[in-house]
Amino acid sequence: MMAMLKSCGRISSVGLYSPPFGGSPLRASTWWSGVQMGPPDPILGVTEAFKRDTNPKKMNLGVGAYRDDQGKPYILSCVRKAEAQIAAKQLDKEYLPIGGLGDFSKACAELALGPDSEVLKSGRSVTVQSISGTGSLRVGANFLSRFHTATSDVYLPKPSWGNHTPIFRDAGFQLKAYSYYDPKTCGFDFKGALDDILKIPQKSIMVLHACAHNPTGVDPRPEQWKEIAALVKQRNLLVFFDMAYQGFASGDTDHDAWAVRYFIGQGHNILLAQSFAKNMGLYGERVGGLTVVCRDAEETRRVESQLKILIRPIYSNPPMNGARIAATILNTPELRKEWLVEVHSMANRIIQMREQLVANLRKEGSTRNWQHVTDQIGMFCFTGLKPKQVERLTKEFSIYMTKDGRISMAGVTSDNIGYLAHAIHAVTK
Amino acid sequence: MSVFSEVPQAAPVAVFKLTADFREDTDPRKVNLGVGAYRTDDCQPWVLPVVKKVEQMIVEDQSLNHEYLPILGLPEFRSSSSKIALGEESPAIKEKRVGGVQCLGGTGALKVGAEFLRRWYNGNNNTGTPVYVSTPTWENHNGVFTDAGFQDIRTYRYWEPEKRGLALAGFLADLENAPERSIILLHACAHNPTGTDPTQEEWMQIADVMKRRSLFPFFDSAYQGFASGSLEKDAWAVRYFVSQGFEIFCAQSFSKNFGLYNERVGNLTVVASDGENLARVLTQMEKIVRTTWSNPPSQGARLVAVTLTTPELFEEWKGNVKTMADRVLLMRAQLKAKLQALGTPGTWDHITQQIGMFSFTGLNPKQVEFLIKEKHIYLMASGRINMCGLTSKNMDYVAESIHEAVTKIP
Repeated sequence: MMAMLKSCGRISSVGLYSPPFGGSPLRASTWWSGVQMGPPDPILGVTEAFKRDTNPKKMNLGVGAYRDDQGKPYILSCVRKAEAQIAAKQLDKEYLPIGGLGDFSKACAELALGPDSEVLKSGRSVTVQSISGTGSLRVGANFLSRFHTATSDVYLPKPSWGNHTPIFRDAGFQLKAYSYYDPKTCGFDFKGALDDILKIPQKSIMVLHACAHNPTGVDPRPEQWKEIAALVKQRNLLVFFDMAYQGFASGDTDHDAWAVRYFIGQGHNILLAQSFAKNMGLYGERVGGLTVVCRDAEETRRVESQLKILIRPIYSNPPMNGARIAATILNTPELRKEWLVEVHSMANRIIQMREQLVANLRKEGSTRNWQHVTDQIGMFCFTGLKPKQVERLTKEFSIYMTKDGRISMAGVTSDNIGYLAHAIHAVTK
Repeated sequence: MSVFSEVPQAAPVAVFKLTADFREDTDPRKVNLGVGAYRTDDCQPWVLPVVKKVEQMIVEDQSLNHEYLPILGLPEFRSSSSKIALGEESPAIKEKRVGGVQCLGGTGALKVGAEFLRRWYNGNNNTGTPVYVSTPTWENHNGVFTDAGFQDIRTYRYWEPEKRGLALAGFLADLENAPERSIILLHACAHNPTGTDPTQEEWMQIADVMKRRSLFPFFDSAYQGFASGSLEKDAWAVRYFVSQGFEIFCAQSFSKNFGLYNERVGNLTVVASDGENLARVLTQMEKIVRTTWSNPPSQGARLVAVTLTTPELFEEWKGNVKTMADRVLLMRAQLKAKLQALGTPGTWDHITQQIGMFSFTGLNPKQVEFLIKEKHIYLMASGRINMCGLTSKNMDYVAESIHEAVTKIP
């Protein structure tokens, strides 16, 4: 210790450079003794434990990234083609504008709102390229915090994606919830949701999952969406849609954007966070868009200028690579076609796994009602398994998932589905 | 009735407005001495040869995918970046008390560092801790610390217009008078916008006061290698502070020295007193990152990591960096020589004494306006020029125009 202090020349100054919270005079002083150890991330914890497991049959059903039927990450063919095209162009690396790549933002908005959108035709929305879904949510939250001062409350569905809460909290909001998931049916608590929405104070912010609700996989039906939209209008709530799975849920991008487009059509001027992490497999490239629908073009200009002011002190301008890939795909007819086919096939594989899981459970002799497995949609399935059952799955079968019984269907393959069904039956019979 | 009817129109960011105006200008003589990006002698952006090479390698490597990076970023990128800042032989690295957080450019690194300090430095959530930035400084510094929640942003004297150099006495006095534990934002090298850096002796004096006053050094290092052409020379101040036992933050940008502007490649290097403190700090950094961008973009980090960890590529990169630095030095020498040859009133030594991409010419706002409106030479109202905007072809025109501005307009 003394040798170390001598070698970095500290001994002479120990008495003068005093740490704020006291400390042994022989230890190098620090500003950080009051920094608490951050809690471990629950999902990462699952993956860490999975990695340590030596059971050859182990399954990681915590992963929130798509896997092919061999359990491998899937790089879309249209992505590879787009990358090759881009590489051939030998583009420069000059800063993007604060709002990002124009070709991307435009295509991103069109994908969500539809090419015939009145909003796009009248230029009354702004879309900024942002850092995937998280970045879109955060910039949107910061914008609302600064300019929607009528409320400090954000309402999330119960449950919601774990990161929604800290994002909105860090942006300065209080988090509240409306009923959403019914554990008795493993389905949508429609009545509960309406009852709760009725009580939400006017002008509050309400987060809705556009499709493939995370973590439950439970989406409202169209007639239910219609009632929700009407009630939300009546309550004068500000809607913030989170759309991380467009195309990935049903396999059809227009179908998955139905709720977003319906709300807009009903006159809701929404905020929308889009992610291309899953539907284009661009996870680590951080591709997303934040859209704010405004009253008219003039208001849009003011809002856009303020979004830039918010973005600049966070990261100045967004990363090019992923946006360029996404823009190339969306704006090149053959690539776009190919993408739609690939997205459909990813969604299809998930749907097939759902069907086969139920079939396999029946084959195992399970008499429980597993309809929710096929009723739910998207990457995640809320199995209805209790914590003790989840624990058994992990301990006895090396099947890893989050404690809430959520499994990622993306981690299921033709190879391991039989084993999964067997294990689930074993802990639920 | 719109929830946004009261949202005011925000003023555009000045430096981008300048470039926008430049683009719209149809005069064939126009010169852009505004935004800070490297240009070749043909006034073109320059993708570094080593970057092209590594990009090709990445495109051809079928084993790579687009999976999420860890929250704190690509491990090889983080460690190799911190090594670049602190040196291969850094005792702090050997003592395992250095960590990196991959961030979105230098801005992102400043942001994460600022957010962390607001939450965990000098108590919990102490938004009253004074933050000192130089006068002048990069205009986004204020925004970053304000948006992180700091309520008391002050300035320390830095640029002395009369001598066109460092206001050392004022700088040291302001540090002396700063409340203990204030956060001091320091430019590691190639000060933006003045191009004026302290000498090594002056840095030692600065460190001395900061140690005595228990001030926290937060370095902004956006030009390592780009300033002098030498990575080691440009990192001298950062390494000196570490050797003096300071815990520091260093926001590193690879925008300029790798020419990777739009891939947003940055690293927040954290030097703590020991590994145990470092570990806790990094867990809290994760929480900040998770609600800002979840995890950083992979392309640029991969590029930098491969380059820094492959000996031949590393050498090639250093060569590319030196190419850029040398061109800037040449432009400085030529501009000063031309102004002196023209007999332009005033002294122009500061042009070659200053370092890095920018030069604070000393031109006043009226002279700047003249240059923009009459000569179609675009520069910041502060008189800051980007030396990279100068070329062998426009050198004479710019020198003559400056001469005209100085002689015509007081």
